[in-house]
Amino acid sequence: MTNPIKRVPILSRKGFLVKGSQVTLRNVSKHFGEFCAVRDVSLEIAKGEFFSLLGPSGCGKTTILRIVAGFEDPTQGDVLLDGASVLSLPSNKRHVNTVFQSYALFPHLSVFENVAFPLRLKKTAASEISDRVGHYLRLVKLDSHMSKMPAQLSGGQKQRVAIARALINEPSVLLLDEPLSALDAKLRQHMLIELDAIHDEVGITFIYVTHDQQEAISVSDRVAVMNEGSVLQVGAPGQVYETPANHFIATFIGETNLLEGKVLSVKNGIAMISSDAGALRAAARQGVSEGDTVHCAVRPEKVRISKMKPASGEHENCVEGTVDEMIYTGFLTKFFVKTTSGTVFKAFRQEAGAAAAEEAIQCGDSVYLLWHPADAFIVEVKKA
Amino acid sequence: MRRNLGPVYTMPMALWITAFFVVPIAIIAVCSFLAKGTYGGVIGRFSLDAYASLANSGLAVVALKTLVQSAAATIFTLVLAIPASYYIARSRYKNALLFLVIIPFWTNFLIRIYAWIAILGTNGFLNGFLVSTGVLSTPVQFLYNQYAVITVLVYTYLPFAILPLYATIEKFDFTLIEAAQDLGATKTQAMMRVLLPNIRPGIITAILFTFIPAFGQYAVPQLVGGRDSFMLGNIIARELTVSRNLPLSSSISVVLTLVTMAGVLLFVKLQAKASKKIRPVQEAE
Repeated sequence: MTNPIKRVPILSRKGFLVKGSQVTLRNVSKHFGEFCAVRDVSLEIAKGEFFSLLGPSGCGKTTILRIVAGFEDPTQGDVLLDGASVLSLPSNKRHVNTVFQSYALFPHLSVFENVAFPLRLKKTAASEISDRVGHYLRLVKLDSHMSKMPAQLSGGQKQRVAIARALINEPSVLLLDEPLSALDAKLRQHMLIELDAIHDEVGITFIYVTHDQQEAISVSDRVAVMNEGSVLQVGAPGQVYETPANHFIATFIGETNLLEGKVLSVKNGIAMISSDAGALRAAARQGVSEGDTVHCAVRPEKVRISKMKPASGEHENCVEGTVDEMIYTGFLTKFFVKTTSGTVFKAFRQEAGAAAAEEAIQCGDSVYLLWHPADAFIVEVKKA
Repeated sequence: MRRNLGPVYTMPMALWITAFFVVPIAIIAVCSFLAKGTYGGVIGRFSLDAYASLANSGLAVVALKTLVQSAAATIFTLVLAIPASYYIARSRYKNALLFLVIIPFWTNFLIRIYAWIAILGTNGFLNGFLVSTGVLSTPVQFLYNQYAVITVLVYTYLPFAILPLYATIEKFDFTLIEAAQDLGATKTQAMMRVLLPNIRPGIITAILFTFIPAFGQYAVPQLVGGRDSFMLGNIIARELTVSRNLPLSSSISVVLTLVTMAGVLLFVKLQAKASKKIRPVQEAE
């Protein structure tokens, strides 16, 4: 006995018991003829993590999922579950199950038989089948629809059947390929919350593919942002949102004001930047020095909009302009402000009742846009 | 108000079918209930002699033989047609492959049977090949037995099975195969448990298109069959041309038509039942 394994239960961020597998991708590339779908992707996904692959359509995220599921072989690289390569295993031997974008429910089988399908293959005893199918259908709140055929279900119900069916084998990793994209906005929100609850309940690793940044950042433990086959940034949702690694991520996730400028000086972690919109201050990240050309981003919800000229503060950015357009969305009003130099800035103001009445802003008003230097971040640096 | 011209439009078709299908069948049916004339033909007297002789003329053996040969041909046709249409449906060269399936229709059916005689005969291509490669020392007679009949029947009806199967498989959602494999099924299990049940309407149509015409075949057993492989079609022709027994050949035709019709109705009913099960009902929730 050299290395006694100490069984310490691992708990998730929210304190739930973690099961599932660790998924490792090592330098995975996938070519379809001339086309490179996945470019040298390496990822380390922890046990029990809710991990999202986020990117625009055609960025290779679904291909990665299909490689993990065993539907595609990578041109290069390796896929490991708990440290052991699974490339030689066909999809039916991998302890991984998939929730397909189109649900892929078997149209000739009832809800019960769809979920029971993997157990029937294994010739599980009838009593155990009905116990387990019942358990998972209760988990997805569909136990009252057992005998219906898939064609009799709504989109959301089909989705739940697909999830129950994928979970019944008790896989160590659940792959979800844009599972909510076919649902309407309201139902999507609802299913997202339920997915999160299911993840907490079963505690296995979830790999979630989506092009919807809102979905990805709301439920994931970590997000990998992809574009054109490459992983650009991996991090917690807040990290990806607040400190995007580049220009693409800054504009892909959430809305952003992006400004190009030249660094005049760096002092106390604050860079002075000269841009078309005037002199700006932004939090300088490592490696930024005088003379660099940079892209600086600021989120519209962090920009304050005011008709009154503020008392000049050393640590505030202030840009003057006129309201070009405004979009009222209910809880939020989006202002598009044209500065004197012609740049269009976005500023979002939450309609918190009294605040709106306080200062009514209309199209054509001249306004001041203000934001704190710490809320502006430099996303891309071209060295001088 | 626009007039419904449906009856007018369908009239030519109705007349055509009546003149060339319903009337001849009616004539056959009437003949079967008449007495046999001395020198062929019928005499206008009601008689059940033809039906009485159906029972004892050894016809049951031929009927069974016909059933076995048509069933065997149908099974082999399906075994070949399902993978072939699956492959065509998944191929990048769908249109070219479908074209190849249809090409045989450009040549007369009888000529194609003679081509088989040229292939399978004692001086045929197959024997020539097997003898020259040393597999056989002397040519073997492949023709004039039930195996030759089944082979040529399979050949004849393969396109009729491939086309409806292709039409169904082409609409099949292949993600379901991936889903089955993802859930632990082997490729074979995925095909048996997911593909086959979902292409059932296509399979039923393929069976109808193969079994029914095979059951009534005349030319194939006549040309490549032997004594062991005569089918009901051949008996009808023999009774008509050799024995000149018009009522008997008519009565066999009537029974054949009724049995085939019962088969069609049964299969159509099965198909309706199968498709009803997976037809979309209005969205719930």
